[in-house]
Amino acid sequence: MTSIHILLLIPILAAFLIPVIGRQFPKLHLGWAALPIPIVLFSFFVSKVSSISAGETFTGSVAWIRALDLYFSVYLDGLSLIFTLLITGIGSLVVLYSIFYLSKERESLSHFYAYLLLFMGAMLGVVLSDNLMVLYLFWELTSISSFLLIAFWFRRKKSRYGAQKSFLITVGGGISMLVGFIMLQVMTGTNSVQEIIAMRDSIQEHELFVPALVLILLGAFTKSAQFPFHIWLPDAMEAPTPVSAYLHSATMVKAGLFLVARFTPVFGGEATWFWLVSGVGIFTMFWGSFSAVRQKDLKALLAYSTISQLGLIMSLFGLGSAALQGGASAESVIYTKAIFAALFHLVNHSTFKGALFMVVGIVDHEVGTRDIRKLGGLISLMPITFTLTVISSFSMAGLPPFNGFLSKEMFFTAVLNANEMTIFSMDTWGLLFPIIAWIGSIFTFTYSMIVVFRTFLGPYRREKLEKDPHEAPVGMLISPIILCMLVILLFFVPNRLSDYLLSPAMNSILPAYQNMDGLIPKISPWHGFNLELFMTAGVVLLGAFLLRTYRYWNVVYDFFPEKRSIDRGYQWMLARGESGSKRATDRYMTGFLTNYLYYIYGFLLLVVGGTLWLTGSIVIDTSNDAPVSVYEGIIIVIMATAAISILFTKSRMTATLLNGVLGYSIAIFFVLFRAPDLALTQLVVETVTTVLFLLCFYHLPEWSKEERSLKVRFPKMVVSIGTGALTVLLALSVQGNKMFESISSYFEDSYKLAGGRNIVNSILGDFRAFDTMLEVVVLFIAGVGVYTLIKLKEPKGGDDIERE
Amino acid sequence: METMIILLAGVLVSVATYLLLSKNMIRVVLGTAILSHAVHLLLMTMGGLKIGSVPILGDTVETYTDALPQALILTAIVISFAVTAFFLVLVYRTYQTTGTDNLLEMKGTEEDE
Repeated sequence: MTSIHILLLIPILAAFLIPVIGRQFPKLHLGWAALPIPIVLFSFFVSKVSSISAGETFTGSVAWIRALDLYFSVYLDGLSLIFTLLITGIGSLVVLYSIFYLSKERESLSHFYAYLLLFMGAMLGVVLSDNLMVLYLFWELTSISSFLLIAFWFRRKKSRYGAQKSFLITVGGGISMLVGFIMLQVMTGTNSVQEIIAMRDSIQEHELFVPALVLILLGAFTKSAQFPFHIWLPDAMEAPTPVSAYLHSATMVKAGLFLVARFTPVFGGEATWFWLVSGVGIFTMFWGSFSAVRQKDLKALLAYSTISQLGLIMSLFGLGSAALQGGASAESVIYTKAIFAALFHLVNHSTFKGALFMVVGIVDHEVGTRDIRKLGGLISLMPITFTLTVISSFSMAGLPPFNGFLSKEMFFTAVLNANEMTIFSMDTWGLLFPIIAWIGSIFTFTYSMIVVFRTFLGPYRREKLEKDPHEAPVGMLISPIILCMLVILLFFVPNRLSDYLLSPAMNSILPAYQNMDGLIPKISPWHGFNLELFMTAGVVLLGAFLLRTYRYWNVVYDFFPEKRSIDRGYQWMLARGESGSKRATDRYMTGFLTNYLYYIYGFLLLVVGGTLWLTGSIVIDTSNDAPVSVYEGIIIVIMATAAISILFTKSRMTATLLNGVLGYSIAIFFVLFRAPDLALTQLVVETVTTVLFLLCFYHLPEWSKEERSLKVRFPKMVVSIGTGALTVLLALSVQGNKMFESISSYFEDSYKLAGGRNIVNSILGDFRAFDTMLEVVVLFIAGVGVYTLIKLKEPKGGDDIERE
Repeated sequence: METMIILLAGVLVSVATYLLLSKNMIRVVLGTAILSHAVHLLLMTMGGLKIGSVPILGDTVETYTDALPQALILTAIVISFAVTAFFLVLVYRTYQTTGTDNLLEMKGTEEDE
């Protein structure tokens, strides 16, 4: 148990404590109780920065289930450090922001903060776990907490729809990822990610290598909202804005990126990996930005922009993985720049997108709407909010002097490098990357400007707004101000970030390139007049042009009808799944007890009979049988006759008497088989049972005839004869296969051990006294049941019980 | 002897299964009662039949018959009695409430509430 383990569990434990605190201090806004947790965690991880940047890593392992190779092991290196800082840092800001965003009076805060802390712990678990299975556990826990948070306003239909959608898609991907993990485990024989990375070369040729790769990527793509799984993210925007800022832009959706980064040392260099990650990423980047421009809701716009930016980072990870093709070499070190850009943009995106979401939340909170068509002219009313929006949007658009500019330039460099690649048939397709990236960036510029200009400039129309707009309270502004300061700060001192956070992360993603020359590029805002700069200039010009002429070219979107086809497909699949499973279930869940009995017997015959048959354990050995005397033979014949006659009797009275014959004959057998206690008990019980049957008959009608048609009788006969035969075979096989000695001789010491001469009684009253006591309990329960069924009647009015 | 008893138990199981699959509730209860008879016989057989003497310690006897199945059966008899009694009352109450003793007429998923 290391300190990392404990820190990891703190948020999860706190999640359970929050409701208790809420009850103890009803006047407290629970956000204040939750706030210290991320701050403490953040300071802990900050304290690790210097040693991590010096090349240290922290590990710790606690055995959980050794037999399954399940170790709760943590691994803190450069890559996970970036994520932990984002999770706890943005987490602190979001909690602070939410204190002013969520009203104590109207919202169920104990739920909110419990889910939020649960998420925080789960997310930390994802980035810190070294064990595949534990990682998966935390991965799904993030999906669950995201589900709960999206459905926070669960009375809204849209919230429930969005929550369900995100859950189905991300958990579906998670399960495929689990299968991929299991394949990895099969290939390597270990669950530890670091050990798997070390065994990279030995599994390259394994036949499960590519399937595992694809399945794990499915998990990453669904989580990071990559095309075509991106459809859940816009609907997830039904969550409260702090949640959108935290989960659905800064952290959870980046779990997929984390996974890709973590597994780059394993799968990087493989063509499938390269093409899937970079191809899906770059297309998502374009599609997200293209769709964002058409949105009318500010949050939906930001959702698509997040999709696009995640695609951008994803494609960079893909392009960078080319560096691992054919081993590390000085020539291919240039491709690693893509991964560096990915990490850099990942951090930048969290800062400016977090700020943007918070700003949009402020607008929504103070104005009462997020609809672009209604907003406008807020600049004079909300000057600080406006300034923050300008900073974060311009950063997103890739303009100086904000951090987005730097990483956007590096993105262009990376795609231009990719164009030069000669591997993976990039000489044919490589040109597509810069082109799509450039077009996507133009749309990115356009939607970034829409956020600023449509919201804050243009005509102010009070009549369309729900409230009198005014500047937000200070508390709500603190968090976005901090983020915006980071946005600017990172532009001026990017190399500090690079030294402390990005380069250790580079070393953990690309262990083969450990500290090689040229792995860590120097970030500078000015490279001279190169192609990247011209591309940026083109983005600005064309983006501004598109913004100006939007109303002339927006017919383009009519080619992609408002009901997006992928979304339709999802709904269609869901509806078909529901109706299909209902039909299938209705077919066999008939509501008739008899049918269910058929299933049970069928299963029994199939499984037990099948096992007997397949394992060849049917042994019939009659050599040890005791001899049969005439009287015993007679009783056997009587019993068989009586039993079969029950089936043919017309009157229930006869049937009961025949059952009595069976019972008394068994008592005789007990006498013959040297079991006097049993014989006595059987006699008493059989008598009482018969009386009970007769009593019952007094209240019930004569039994009706059973269906005589062959159609009803035939399956009954088959099943019952089959069951009887199975019993016989099973019993004979047990007789024939004496696999171990009986333990009965132990009990023959009963006088010494239990002080009783009657062995059976000693077993019941001493050796197994607990069983007997519980048997009495069963009798008691049955007695209570009988009594209640007979005595307790609904009162005449009838519905008192329901009213309670 | 063992084989004979096993065959008898098989017959009882068949009969019990056939009764369990009927639509009349009393037949079903009867089926469970017969099923427990069959199980008791089987348990008895598993310990070996007619070997040794009654399992009560005495001075002269050397070998005893297997006492363990007997203890098990003793428990089983009592439990199956309790179950049968409960079933019978359940049948009675069901008939009082629904007015039928036919299982096929009791399908009540759609009409319920």
